[in-house]
Amino acid sequence: MLKADPLANVLYIDLSKKRHWVERREDLFEKNIGGAGVAVEILHEECPQGADPLSPENPIIFAVGPLTGLFPLASKTVAMFKSPHTGNLGESHAGGRSAVAIRTAGYGAIVIRGANDIPGYVAIHGSEVHFRDARTLWGMRNSFTVGRIIRENEPAAGLRSIMRIGRAGEKLIPYACVTTESYRHFGRLGLGAVFGSKKLKAVVVSGKHSLPVGGGGAAEYRRVYDQIYQEAVASPVMKKYHDLGTPENVLPLNALGGLPTRNLKDARFEGADRISGEALAEHYLGRRLACSHCPVGCIHIAALREPDENEPYFYKTSMISYDYELIYALGSMLGGSDPEGLLKLIDRIEVYGLDAMSTGVVLAWATEAQERGLVSEDAAGGLRLAWGDYPAYLEAVRRIIEQPNEFYAALARGVEHAASVYGGEDFALAFGGNEMPGYHTGPGAYLGFLVGARHSHLDSAGYSVDQKVLTKKQIGPDELAREILKEERWRQVLSSLVVCFFARGIYSPDTTAAALRVAGFDCTSEDLQRIGAVIHTRKYAFKFREGFSFDTLRVPERVSETPSPVGTLDSRYLQAAVDYVCSDISRAGC
Amino acid sequence: MRLSAVDTERCIGCQSCMFACARRLGEAGLASTCIGVRSIGGMERGFKVVVCRACDDPPCARVCPVGALQVRKGGGVRLDEARCIGCGHCRDACIIGAVFWDDETAKPMICVHCGYCAKFCPHGVLSVETAETTESAPGIGMAVRGESMERQERLERAPQANNAVDATEKAEGAGANA
Ligand code: SF4
Ligand code: SF4
Ligand code: SF4
Repeated sequence: MLKADPLANVLYIDLSKKRHWVERREDLFEKNIGGAGVAVEILHEECPQGADPLSPENPIIFAVGPLTGLFPLASKTVAMFKSPHTGNLGESHAGGRSAVAIRTAGYGAIVIRGANDIPGYVAIHGSEVHFRDARTLWGMRNSFTVGRIIRENEPAAGLRSIMRIGRAGEKLIPYACVTTESYRHFGRLGLGAVFGSKKLKAVVVSGKHSLPVGGGGAAEYRRVYDQIYQEAVASPVMKKYHDLGTPENVLPLNALGGLPTRNLKDARFEGADRISGEALAEHYLGRRLACSHCPVGCIHIAALREPDENEPYFYKTSMISYDYELIYALGSMLGGSDPEGLLKLIDRIEVYGLDAMSTGVVLAWATEAQERGLVSEDAAGGLRLAWGDYPAYLEAVRRIIEQPNEFYAALARGVEHAASVYGGEDFALAFGGNEMPGYHTGPGAYLGFLVGARHSHLDSAGYSVDQKVLTKKQIGPDELAREILKEERWRQVLSSLVVCFFARGIYSPDTTAAALRVAGFDCTSEDLQRIGAVIHTRKYAFKFREGFSFDTLRVPERVSETPSPVGTLDSRYLQAAVDYVCSDISRAGC
Repeated sequence: MRLSAVDTERCIGCQSCMFACARRLGEAGLASTCIGVRSIGGMERGFKVVVCRACDDPPCARVCPVGALQVRKGGGVRLDEARCIGCGHCRDACIIGAVFWDDETAKPMICVHCGYCAKFCPHGVLSVETAETTESAPGIGMAVRGESMERQERLERAPQANNAVDATEKAEGAGANA
C-alpha cells in the first residue's frame, strides 16, 4: 500500500472511557486488503471468545477498502460484530455516504469498544472525535426525526454519514438494523441491537482528506478510472438497476416460480403484478438516489400521498425506499398485493429500524401459526393476522416493538425462537438462525443460506447458480458445493475492496488488480483469489470458535414441500452438498 | 466555455462530478473539489449543485484586499495563488458557497470551468456551454470563463482536461438513463 495512505489508520473509540486513539495497522491492510478481510482480523483481536453480543465486550468494527474514494462503485462499508441474532459471526454491508466518509475522514477502519453509561452519539469529523449527549434522542418514536436533528447539529453537509438506530435497536431486538442516510441499512444480523446495548444512538462520520494515488501516477489513475466508469454506465446490468432497481426481479422470479409467497406455501404470487418494480415505478416512484461515488443510482424512493382521516384536503406525503427484498418479505411472503399497504408497512419498519427481511419472515410464520391454531387470537392479544391484511401487520409490528405480552416478546426474538416456543418449526424459515431471503430458486440458494458465513443470499448468490446452471442441466452436489465456495471466496475480495456486489461483473480479477495497483497494492489476480480463500477461512475460524457446527444446521421441511423452478428439493442432495462444504472448509484449515 | 447545472432534479447525489473535479488534478478523494452536491434537508427532497455561477460583477473579487481574484471577461474570476493571503473574505462574499476552501494551503478553490466534471455526470445534470449562449440555466450551478493560474498549470499536465469541449455530448451518451 502507499506510504501516505490514511487507509492504514484504525480509529479506536472506547465508549466506556470516552477515549480515542489511532493506530497505524499496515500489517492488517497489506495482508487482508481492507473491508471484510481487515474487519474479521480485528474481530478476532477484539472479541473475546464466548462474549455476550449485548455486553460491552462485543466490539463494533467498520471497515472500508483501498478502492473507496478512488474508484466508482467502491461504495460500501463492512460492519463486523458478534451477532445477537445468531450468537455468531455478525457481518453486514451498507452504502450511502458511509464508505467515502470513513475513507476521507482519514481511516480504513473504526473500532468501537465498551459502552456508554447514558445515551450518546459519536461524531467523527476528520481527526476530531466528539462524544455527544443523546438523551433527548433516546426513545424518540421516529428514526427520520432523529436523522433530521443530528443533521442540524453537525457540520459537513454533503460529506458526512449518519448511521443511527431506531426504537428496535434501543429495545435490543436482535434483528434491529442500523440505518444510514435514511434509506440504506446495515440490515442483517442485529447491528442495531449492538448499538442499543452500548446506548449508542448514532455514529456521524465526515471528512475531507485527499487520497494519494501511486503506480503510474495521475495519468494511469485516470485511465483505469475511465475504463471502470465507462463500463459501469454502459453495462446493461447497471441500467437495469438504475431503471427499476432490484424490484426488477419480482416478475421474472415469479414467472419462474421462485418467489416465496404466503410463508412459502407457494412460490408464485397471483398479486405480483401489483407490487412489481414496474407497477411501483409507474405509480409511486418519486426519486432515485445513489450511494457516494456510484453513477448507477439503484435506490428507488416511492412517494406515497395519503389523505388525512379526519380533515378534508389534508394530505401527507411520505418518501419510502423500496427494494426487491422488501417486496418479497413484506409483500408476497405476507400475501400482500396492495401496494399502499406494502409501502406503509415498509415505512413503519423503517421508522422503527427493524431488519425488513427478518420482520417479514417472522410475520409470515405468525400468520401461518395462527391459521393452524398454534397461536390463538387471545395469545396474540386479540389480533388476528391474515394474508394481505396490512392494518393487522402494522399493528403487529408496533407490538413487536412494545412487546405487550409473551407472544410478541417471542416474535421479537426471531422466527427460530418463536417456533421453539409455539411449534411450527417445519415452516419457520430461518437458516443458520437467520430468516430467509427471497429466493426459492433451488438447492443453490439454500446451500448458500446454510453454509454462507453470514447465512445471506449475498454470500454466494446461489440463486444465480440455480437460474443459470440448474435450470439447464443437472449437476452433482459436489459440483454445486464447489461453485458456491468459489463464489463466496471471490466475494471476500470484493467485500474487502470494498465494491458493491452489483458491480461484480465490472470488477473482474484483472480489472481489480489494475485498480489495486493504482492504490499501491501489487497483487496478481491469483494472489487475490488466494487472499479471498484466506479471509473465508478466517470467518469460519471465528464461527467455529463461537460454536458453529455444520451438524446442527436445520432445513425446515417447507422448502421441500413447495416445488422450486428446478423441481422438488431433495434433502439428501442438499445434505451431500453441505457435507462437501464441511470437509472442504476443514481441509482449508479451520 | 462554462459549466452549467441544467437540471438539478435529475441529480441522484452520486458525487461523481465532485470526484472528477479532484481527479482532474490527479487526486483521489474530495479535498480539492470545486463543486459540491448536497441534499436539500434529507436526500429524499433532492439535491443542490453548488458551483461557481460566473457572476458578471463577482463579489468575491470585489472583497479581495490584495487583488488575488481577477475578474475575467464574461464573468467569474481567476485566482493568483501567489498573491492570495488566505483571508477568506471571498468565501464569505459568495453567498451560494461556491468558493471552496483548501484546508491544507488555506486558500480558496474556485471552479475554472474546464467541464471535466460534466463528462462524468451520468444523468445529464451538468453541461458545458460555449460563451456565446449566455442565458441563465435553472439550478444553482452556472459558469464562467475563469481559471486559477496555478491550477491551470496543473491542468495542462492533465491531458484529458482539454477534451472538455465535447463533454456535453459525452455526458448524454454515457448516461445509464439515456
Ligand atoms: S465564486 Fe461565487 S461570487 Fe465569485 S464569481 Fe463564482 S459565484 Fe460569483
Ligand atoms: S468545471 Fe472543472 S473546475 Fe469547475 S467544477 Fe467542473 S471539473 Fe471542477
Ligand atoms: S454527477 Fe450529476 S447526478 Fe451525480 S451528483 Fe453530480 S450532478 Fe448529481
